[in-house]
Amino acid sequence: MSKHILMKENFEKLDQFIVMQKDKKGALIPVLNEAQKIFGCVPIEVQKKISEGLNISLAEIYGVVTFYAQFSLVPKGEYTIGVCLGTACYVKGSQKILDRIKKEINVEVGKTSPDGKYTLEATRCIGACGLAPVITINEDVYGRLVEGDVPEILKKYE
Amino acid sequence: MKLKISVTPLRRGTKVDKVTLTIDNIKVEVPKDYTILEAAKLAGIDIPTLCFLKGINEVGACRVCLVEIEGARTLQASCVHPVSEGMVVKTNSKKVRDARKSNVELILSNHNRECLICDRNKNCELQSLSEELGIREIPFEGIKTEAIIDDQSFSIVRDQSKCILCGRCVNVCRNIQKIGILDFVNRGFDTQVAPAFGKSMADVPCIYCGQCIVACPVGALKEKDDIEKVWDAIENPDVHVVVQTAPAVRAGLGECFELPIGTRVTGKMVAALKRMGFDRVYDTNFAADLTIMEEGHELIDRVQNGGKLPMITSCSPGWIRYCEFNYPDFLENLSTCKSPHQMMGAIIKSYYAQKKGIDPKNIFVVSIMPCTSKKTECQRPEMNSTGYRDVDAVLTTRELGKMIKQARIKFLELEDEQFDQDLLGEYTGAGVIFGATGGVMEAALRTVAEVLEGKVFEEVEYTAIRGVEDIKEATLTLGGMEVKIAVAHGTANAGKLLEMVKLGEKQYHFIEIMGCSGGCVTGGGQPHVSAKTLMNVDVRAERAKALYEEDRILPIRKSHENLQIKKLYEDFLEKPNSHKAHELLHTHYKAREKFPTTEACCQEEAATTKDCMFE
Repeated sequence: MSKHILMKENFEKLDQFIVMQKDKKGALIPVLNEAQKIFGCVPIEVQKKISEGLNISLAEIYGVVTFYAQFSLVPKGEYTIGVCLGTACYVKGSQKILDRIKKEINVEVGKTSPDGKYTLEATRCIGACGLAPVITINEDVYGRLVEGDVPEILKKYE
Repeated sequence: MKLKISVTPLRRGTKVDKVTLTIDNIKVEVPKDYTILEAAKLAGIDIPTLCFLKGINEVGACRVCLVEIEGARTLQASCVHPVSEGMVVKTNSKKVRDARKSNVELILSNHNRECLICDRNKNCELQSLSEELGIREIPFEGIKTEAIIDDQSFSIVRDQSKCILCGRCVNVCRNIQKIGILDFVNRGFDTQVAPAFGKSMADVPCIYCGQCIVACPVGALKEKDDIEKVWDAIENPDVHVVVQTAPAVRAGLGECFELPIGTRVTGKMVAALKRMGFDRVYDTNFAADLTIMEEGHELIDRVQNGGKLPMITSCSPGWIRYCEFNYPDFLENLSTCKSPHQMMGAIIKSYYAQKKGIDPKNIFVVSIMPCTSKKTECQRPEMNSTGYRDVDAVLTTRELGKMIKQARIKFLELEDEQFDQDLLGEYTGAGVIFGATGGVMEAALRTVAEVLEGKVFEEVEYTAIRGVEDIKEATLTLGGMEVKIAVAHGTANAGKLLEMVKLGEKQYHFIEIMGCSGGCVTGGGQPHVSAKTLMNVDVRAERAKALYEEDRILPIRKSHENLQIKKLYEDFLEKPNSHKAHELLHTHYKAREKFPTTEACCQEEAATTKDCMFE
């Protein structure tokens, strides 16, 4: 875990948010969302803080974090690449695109490259079926791709 | 007896409104807050269940208890579906039978079906269900759940490949104990029941109460097996093997041999232990009496000399771990007394060894306990006052049952025998009742009352603090002083009580806490009771009856009247809380961090790497 995200000011922000949510029913998800936003991930140190603040067991929090895809235990890369494996993209060959990206950046699905540059995710339908097959890199969307387009696109994010 | 006792039981109200429904053509009238499952039971109709565990896990997850309700679109889970007026239910239609069967086939499809070599062979709710439903083949082929076995702790072993994700362990830990070590993690096929962050049970704030094991319908959770270690010691001619049995074992062991719940099998148990080849068979009750002498005098000393109050009992190692992890502020309130079996071990390796002329290094002490936490307790580094481990191995009641079977002893045909009577053989009724919630308190009061009042009481039964209410309170007048006491069992209740004490809402002099609901009789090492049986019986009360029965028939019922205890003090320990007694019979505790993180981060309370396990 890179140390710089576990800064005192980040924990203070989280504390303030926990205090606001504390007595509300179903406070865990909003607190986790906020933590993910503040820290960029919810590692054990952060989950422990939430566990104490909301009086919910660490196992329960960890269960929720590992259930929902929006939470991550380790910091995501500078660029998060999402490859849509929804039905339309899949029949249009997004698996090939995904495999090519894996090869190009040498990262497995769901993992982050050791240099912290890329995180690779296989997503469900992102609602851009008209552009199938689609990938996203952070906020950018690339559609109607063929495998050969991949190296050119990745060059922009080196 | 002059003791004034007032009690405030905390009870829930009951509803009286009723509805009438028809189940399998039988009309039945039930309270309107009943589920279909409960109504069917009342009508004498047996609906199969698997994930259901009364009062603990009522979630409708496994879909085994499906029934057909007239007018409903789909089959419904009867364990969670409420009854309503005029409802018509079928529990045994072809549609229902087929659906139940398919659901169990699906559960079995990725289950590690090594039933022949499973710890729960012939005692598994999934196995029985599969037999009852007539499952002869599994039509679904697919990937099996990976066999990840966590056997790092001294107490509890988890085998992921047997887990059926019913959630019983999750909910007993989260709701009954309010600890929450286990939970569902990941998603879909990868879902597991596990501690946070893939940690071992050895590295989490688990108190090893073993209630998860008792709740598990299959072989996914079990105790760490120490049977072979004990057979080896018995086999070794150079080792003098002394066995001791906790009070609650006699109230549960019979169930391993199909005897009714609450059958007292003291004599048969002793006979079996002697046949198995133990050199000496003692009762931990002797040490329970010793505990009362030490703890009773510790209480008197604290009350009279301004010591830390309330004093809290320390017999339950699960409770001790709970306190160390969750309420370190209360560590000074804990009695410094070791738990009875550890005291017994220390006395065996000192006094007994001396009297018998045996080198303590050749003595092997085995404790048969209703408890899984004691397996970890006996490994605590400080439990070696003689220079040797106080206790060398702890076996659960279930393990003893297995050993008796392995030895092919016909348990039910055994003639009753007596514990060895020399030196450490005598015990009183006060020692026996240690196994039930309220028992340690009652035993202590029998002694403390007489010491403080300076006279003998005829009446010894403090019925006000018996029973299974969550928290029991009483006020007694002892030696002209008002003494306030409380009893809590199960760590959720313990937490509730301590919070009240912390906030100053309640003040007590003496508190008894046991880690398991019901006390040791329903400890994590006791025989499994099926969910079906648990719908009808409160095992806590039934097993406790066996102990109170033994208490009543014993000639001596107060610890301080135990003649061998008196002799032990005269010949060896001098007096309660003497220097020697402290050395051998008392201990200390330490605050433990729940989830130590090695990474120093910039939090105010910098996370330190305190030692969390016993290296």
